[in-house]
Amino acid sequence: MTTDPGDDGTVTYPGARRPDRQRTVRSDGLAINVVEWGDEQAPPFLLAHGGFDFAGTFDVFAPMLAAGGWRVVSWDHRGHGDSQHASLYSWNADVRDALAVLDSVGDEPLPILGHSKGGGITLQVAEAFPHRVSHLVNIDGLPTPRPAPDVADHVRTQLLAEELGRWLDHHRTMAAAQRKPGTLDELARRRARMNPRLSHEWLRYLVTVGGRRDADGWRWKIDAALRMGGFGPYRNQWGQDRLPGLGPPLLAILGRQPEQMGWGTESRTLEPHLPPGARLQTFEDAGHFVHIELPRQVADLVLEFVA
Amino acid sequence: MTTLLRHSKVDLALHELRPGRSAGRPLLLLHGLGERSPVAPPAGTDGWPGPVVALDFTGHGESTVPAGGGYTPEQLMADADIALAHLGPSTVVGRGLGAYVALLVAGARPAVVRGAVLADGPGLAGGGPTPGSTTVLLPHFGGPPTPDPYALVELATDVRPPDYAASFARLAIQLSGLDEPVTVAARARPEWLRAVADEPGVVEDSVEAALAAYGLVR
Repeated sequence: MTTDPGDDGTVTYPGARRPDRQRTVRSDGLAINVVEWGDEQAPPFLLAHGGFDFAGTFDVFAPMLAAGGWRVVSWDHRGHGDSQHASLYSWNADVRDALAVLDSVGDEPLPILGHSKGGGITLQVAEAFPHRVSHLVNIDGLPTPRPAPDVADHVRTQLLAEELGRWLDHHRTMAAAQRKPGTLDELARRRARMNPRLSHEWLRYLVTVGGRRDADGWRWKIDAALRMGGFGPYRNQWGQDRLPGLGPPLLAILGRQPEQMGWGTESRTLEPHLPPGARLQTFEDAGHFVHIELPRQVADLVLEFVA
Repeated sequence: MTTLLRHSKVDLALHELRPGRSAGRPLLLLHGLGERSPVAPPAGTDGWPGPVVALDFTGHGESTVPAGGGYTPEQLMADADIALAHLGPSTVVGRGLGAYVALLVAGARPAVVRGAVLADGPGLAGGGPTPGSTTVLLPHFGGPPTPDPYALVELATDVRPPDYAASFARLAIQLSGLDEPVTVAARARPEWLRAVADEPGVVEDSVEAALAAYGLVR
């Protein structure tokens, strides 16, 4: 193949800084990659990325919090980034991994921020261990009811049957599954389907962080066994019913622009369920990845909230 | 005879307990939570004309114990589907947790599961119809390598909403082409199983009677 600019790992992005430290935490025997930005002696602040992301997606945002006087700690979820690929993936396993990382940081309550799936996981940590969390920041990862598609019952049955069949077919071929190789630009363009509001330059930078270069091209490091969508017994209602009782102070952040990876959460459906004193901040001109689109504004808001 | 089947990073052990006496379809047995496949065909399966086979779920019996837990009944449904990909159309009998998995796979693979029998056994209830207060359950370590302690704790606490279970029964009823694709043989009635038993098209009968009927189904 032709030489890709960036094959030597020197693709840069304005303001992006790789973590200052890296270490490994064992969670249930699995190797979880933990990274840190900022002064090691500063008070810790834990960040959780979203599904199909990795800690490196905080490469612009985390240094801003670090510059604000925090030791910023994050980790790659199992199967994501540089963490070990697991045989099994589940919500509860992700929560246990989060606790293993939290335990590695210390006993004192600390601020935690989670985006999307990471927001859901850290919300669960704060529900089960309110004494470990001083402040909770959630970026588009709070439970709100999603309207079911208005279709006839037999159509709903057919849709479920098709989804189940696709999910099982994926499991039948998982053992041999591999991520598709490509050039830096190809991987960046592929990712743009999930991140249509993020710039090509940023996505290209992410490939060099969340991807690896094999003999036949770049590949995302994420486990090929992981798949978007899915099904299960979980109801958003369950999480929503617990939300008013949340212990730690909450800052909820939403971008108003709808996009595919978003949770479709609206202020009006969220507000009635927020705990007393919770703060809800919406950004008109941002989508699901608010902290990537508007890192300075979100960092300032978060730094003020935890001050 | 034991065959190893690959499911993602796990090797699943599929045991043939008895070869078929005729060209009949296989009978696939799914064990309960913490159990493993029996060494001989269990009572009630004597009259089955085809081969009798039994699957060790992930983390059980002779199947791989993965690092780090992460068990769900849906994952075990995919284990059962890996066995079905190897066996072709089969009738399925599940005990306890295996009964719930038999229901799920009967709904998800209605053309391949030719009758599912849900019997009593360990892990039938799961974690109930709704979650309680949020917590993190840790496994009890000790004892032999299998069953995996993470499987024991995670598959004893997964939430099983009645309407979720009933939707799988309806898929089997609407898409299998069988008049009565699901038989409840269990005496216990956790809420999910009550909802399934209440679905029109689901019958309640013994394992023997259910197998006698499914043995005649094409």
